[in-house]
Amino acid sequence: MSTFLGLPGRPVHADRTTGHVEGTQRFPDAARTALADTQLRSNLGHATRTIRDKRAAVVAEVPDWEELRSAASAIKADTMARLPELLIELEERVVARGGVVHWAKDAAEANTIVVDLVRRTGSDEVVKVKSMATQEIGLNEALAQQGITAWETDLAELIVQLGHDQPSHILVPAIHRNRSQIREIFLREMPGVDPGLTDEPRELAMAARRYLRAKFLSARVAVSGANFGVAATGTLAVVESEGNGRMCLTLPETLITVMGIEKLVPAWRDLEVFLQLLPRSSTGERMNPYTSMWTGVTPGDGPQDVHLVLLDNGRTATLADDVGRAALHCIRCSACLNVCPVYERTGGHAYGSVYPGPIGAVLSPQLTGLTGGSDPNDSLPYASSLCGACFDACPVKIDIPNLLVNLRAQHVEAHAATHRLPSPEQVAMAATAWAMSSPGRWAATQTASRTGRLLGRRSGTITRLPPPLSGWTAERDLPRPPKETFRQWWARERA
Amino acid sequence: MRIALFVTCLADTVYPQVGRATVTVLERLGHEVVFPRGQTCCGQMHVNTGYQQQAVPLIRQHVRAFEPYDLVVAPSGSCVGSVRHQQGQVARRAGDEGLAHAAEAVAARTYELSELLVDVLGVEDVGAVFPHRVTYHPTCHSLRMLRVGDRPLRLLRNVRGIDLVELPDADQCCGFGGTFALKNADTSAAMLADKMTALLSTGATVCTAGDSSCLMHIGGGLSRLKSGTRTLHLAQVLASTDGTFEDAR
Repeated sequence: MSTFLGLPGRPVHADRTTGHVEGTQRFPDAARTALADTQLRSNLGHATRTIRDKRAAVVAEVPDWEELRSAASAIKADTMARLPELLIELEERVVARGGVVHWAKDAAEANTIVVDLVRRTGSDEVVKVKSMATQEIGLNEALAQQGITAWETDLAELIVQLGHDQPSHILVPAIHRNRSQIREIFLREMPGVDPGLTDEPRELAMAARRYLRAKFLSARVAVSGANFGVAATGTLAVVESEGNGRMCLTLPETLITVMGIEKLVPAWRDLEVFLQLLPRSSTGERMNPYTSMWTGVTPGDGPQDVHLVLLDNGRTATLADDVGRAALHCIRCSACLNVCPVYERTGGHAYGSVYPGPIGAVLSPQLTGLTGGSDPNDSLPYASSLCGACFDACPVKIDIPNLLVNLRAQHVEAHAATHRLPSPEQVAMAATAWAMSSPGRWAATQTASRTGRLLGRRSGTITRLPPPLSGWTAERDLPRPPKETFRQWWARERA
Repeated sequence: MRIALFVTCLADTVYPQVGRATVTVLERLGHEVVFPRGQTCCGQMHVNTGYQQQAVPLIRQHVRAFEPYDLVVAPSGSCVGSVRHQQGQVARRAGDEGLAHAAEAVAARTYELSELLVDVLGVEDVGAVFPHRVTYHPTCHSLRMLRVGDRPLRLLRNVRGIDLVELPDADQCCGFGGTFALKNADTSAAMLADKMTALLSTGATVCTAGDSSCLMHIGGGLSRLKSGTRTLHLAQVLASTDGTFEDAR
């Protein structure tokens, strides 16, 4: 077995076209379409508000919540600092317990590994536990190309899959759908469904249950992700709330787990911190309903052919950035999505990547790298008003606004390095910086800006400006510059 | 006390009445206000748009202007947030450790207006009279970067005659976000629409806040709607002793 982390040499970024780490549209363009969808706005507004309130209530119950956040942040920082040795430790423990470990530097490599493993079993189908890593690498599509059908067994993932759709939320992938839309999808796409199906949540869940039960009983191969991997014991953990994961992780003969290399924690007892933080932050539950853990193979019990695929796909490159690496601390709880005023209005598809919302805006561009050009992921660090609600909600204290600001700087610097001519924005920023670095020049600039008084003389406000300021005046007025600046008034009255 | 006013580039250029109101409040409380002529801008707009290198000379100028003073006040949560949480980091990223230290030293003496009044000067009643229905929008950077908490509300509750009404979903961003309002103008407008809906539901005639930039955004939307509700900086409410306030001129 070979050990390959993409090192030594330059860290490898994720390939933009394999899997789902970058969309096809820049954020402002994709957002415009989403904002106009009234059904989407209503579904999202309702769902995010519900989860937000639930989370706030259960977080308030925990007296040492802030200490837990700090502990989680410290554990993750320590893990990242020792990632290579901890990964080797994990590999050794998994192998010692009868598991097989594979290393994948990118999405294509990971897909090839999984496809080959499934083929070796002779099976043409797999059942899947909800997993961000396999969505990231586009595993279902890669399996389909080789004639292998992947059945999503998480209810929301099933809705997305049957609807020929893409997930729009990390935890609640069908958050953009309401129950009557789900009923329509089931009636249209689910074989053998009762034509009298109503949109009662219980009826919908029972229909999915009947449909999935047959898959669980017949499938010989399962594919999962992992919420955590414990280096010291070789234990993998999946945290879910429907029991579908438990079925997949225990019934089939072969279990293949695809895990991002950052999902590691050093020791078993570290789980104590994260298993308190994760359910309250994600679903607003005090305790997680189904927490499954397995360590290699247990003879005569559960899967006897157990594989772990360790996925880099841009993570090592992210780790190389001393500010940006904090994005790797993420435990995929989605609290930042649910509190984000941008996400609440645009939904997840606008972000293009499988990782939407504030964490996606800092993770996706780092996985693929920033180009300084007009690539969709280069627009993501700007998809935030920097309101800071995400940082407050983050259970592992990722300072997302600070990461966004740093990624904006990297985008601007990459742009300057790759373009011979400066952009109009670059010119404007350089000019204002030049003016503002001297009080004399700044005062002269202020005087010149009073030509703005020529505008809006009749109404007293400015109502129309040319691009790029037209974005402002499309919806908002702008005050006319005053006759006198503050410093002029001060000089006249006080100096 | 002798207090140096960091008026901010926006209030200096567009809302001088906010600077004057800040001076009025502090002088009424018996303090001396000085205006360091070397000040221009904290660099926040450049930093938040990605132009960190270009922001370094602005930070240097800001530090030079305010280094001689023991106490600095700004009528802006986000500018103080930038001074406190960004300037040192930006200087350090540019490799200027000396500037980073100097900026952090000035930042430690720099306060947002409500922080200065409540924490440093120990005042919650500034002697204001303002008989209008007012609602308070906390602004994101005051709330989450500075953690000013209920300091502005404590000041407002002590204003004579005021009818202070709670803003629903007050902690939600208005959608300004600096150049966010230009780069993602549609999303920003959607956020603004919800903020205005909440605001108008209170029946307030005045929306106040501690940041001219957020107020420019909310006020720009209210003006476009011809809503009859207006924005007014917290300093202007606190400066009033007869219910009137100075408008733009």
